[in-house]
Amino acid sequence: MKRADALAAVYPQLGDVVVVTIMGAVAAELQSIGHRPNFFYLQHAMGLASSMGLGIALARPEKTVVVFDGDGSILMNLGGLTTLARYRPKNLVHVVFDNESLLSVGGFPTATATGSDIAAMAAAAGVPRTATVRTLDEFTKAFTEAMRAGELSTTVAKVEAVGPAAFVTDLALLENRFEFQRWLRTH
Amino acid sequence: MPVSTANSRVIYDALKNGGIRLVSALPETWLVHLIRMAEDDPEMTLVRLAKEEEGVGISAGAHLAGVKSAMLMQNHGFLASVNGIVSCAQLYRIPLLMLISYRGEFGERDPWQTEGGGVTEDLLRALRIPFVSLDRADHVATRVRKAQTLAQSANRPVALLLCRDLMWEEG
Repeated sequence: MKRADALAAVYPQLGDVVVVTIMGAVAAELQSIGHRPNFFYLQHAMGLASSMGLGIALARPEKTVVVFDGDGSILMNLGGLTTLARYRPKNLVHVVFDNESLLSVGGFPTATATGSDIAAMAAAAGVPRTATVRTLDEFTKAFTEAMRAGELSTTVAKVEAVGPAAFVTDLALLENRFEFQRWLRTH
Repeated sequence: MPVSTANSRVIYDALKNGGIRLVSALPETWLVHLIRMAEDDPEMTLVRLAKEEEGVGISAGAHLAGVKSAMLMQNHGFLASVNGIVSCAQLYRIPLLMLISYRGEFGERDPWQTEGGGVTEDLLRALRIPFVSLDRADHVATRVRKAQTLAQSANRPVALLLCRDLMWEEG
């Protein structure tokens, strides 16, 4: 499964929900499918996309919040999984694209390449709904079910270590930030 | 435990009066009363962290969603949060309100707190984070309010240093 295909497959479900992504390939690929004002791309601060999602989910319990995370990022904030699980917001859908590498900085392997299991760690932290999926159909089904589940989930999607040719897009960081804030405060 | 309950209450009331409705915290001795006050307050969301840097992301999310928040942490937690402060809060212009217990000042008895104390103010300056000390109860309300005002007008992090003279009753 390619991450870009996985994002495209669930893109129709991202219309009226809050979306927070990590930097690099995830941000560039989602923008290439089509930027929306309800999408925020955390273009640094690796590890904190899930924490930002938690902050939004607690502040706006009536809105669904989707976080598109990565293996390299969540490995920098494994303690954050215990914080997600502790407050287990029903409106938070946490997706981890696991390509077993740090793709945007040379493709060096992460610990998931040698067996570390992010879904198992999330489950052990106390996240009530976890899964690891390997095909596009499995991912689409798991994501759709997570969106309807009404409970905190972490879905790990095993994806190929391929990404876009470039990571810088023409959307300025602060333009994205203020547009997203305005959308959140008017929806 | 000679942590001042009365002065913790003054700080907590200042946060409440400033509209703070979410507090992230990692326990440390000087913060115990403040954390309990947040825990006992049905109007406050208390987020207990595994590590302080998470609080930067949580506060950033809360801010964008329209909820005012504050971070309660020790200065060593501030040291542990630097990348999040720089590449989330500063990069994205988030008005972070950080209340940092200033361990390792004059009067510190715990040897393990002394190195962090020695670098706290220089690090705040290096990061261009405006800060002021809270060391007397009578200026807490004003300084908390002014810190919040600057954070919001500048869209940048600010810090309040919770000092020994305010937090600890043994002198």
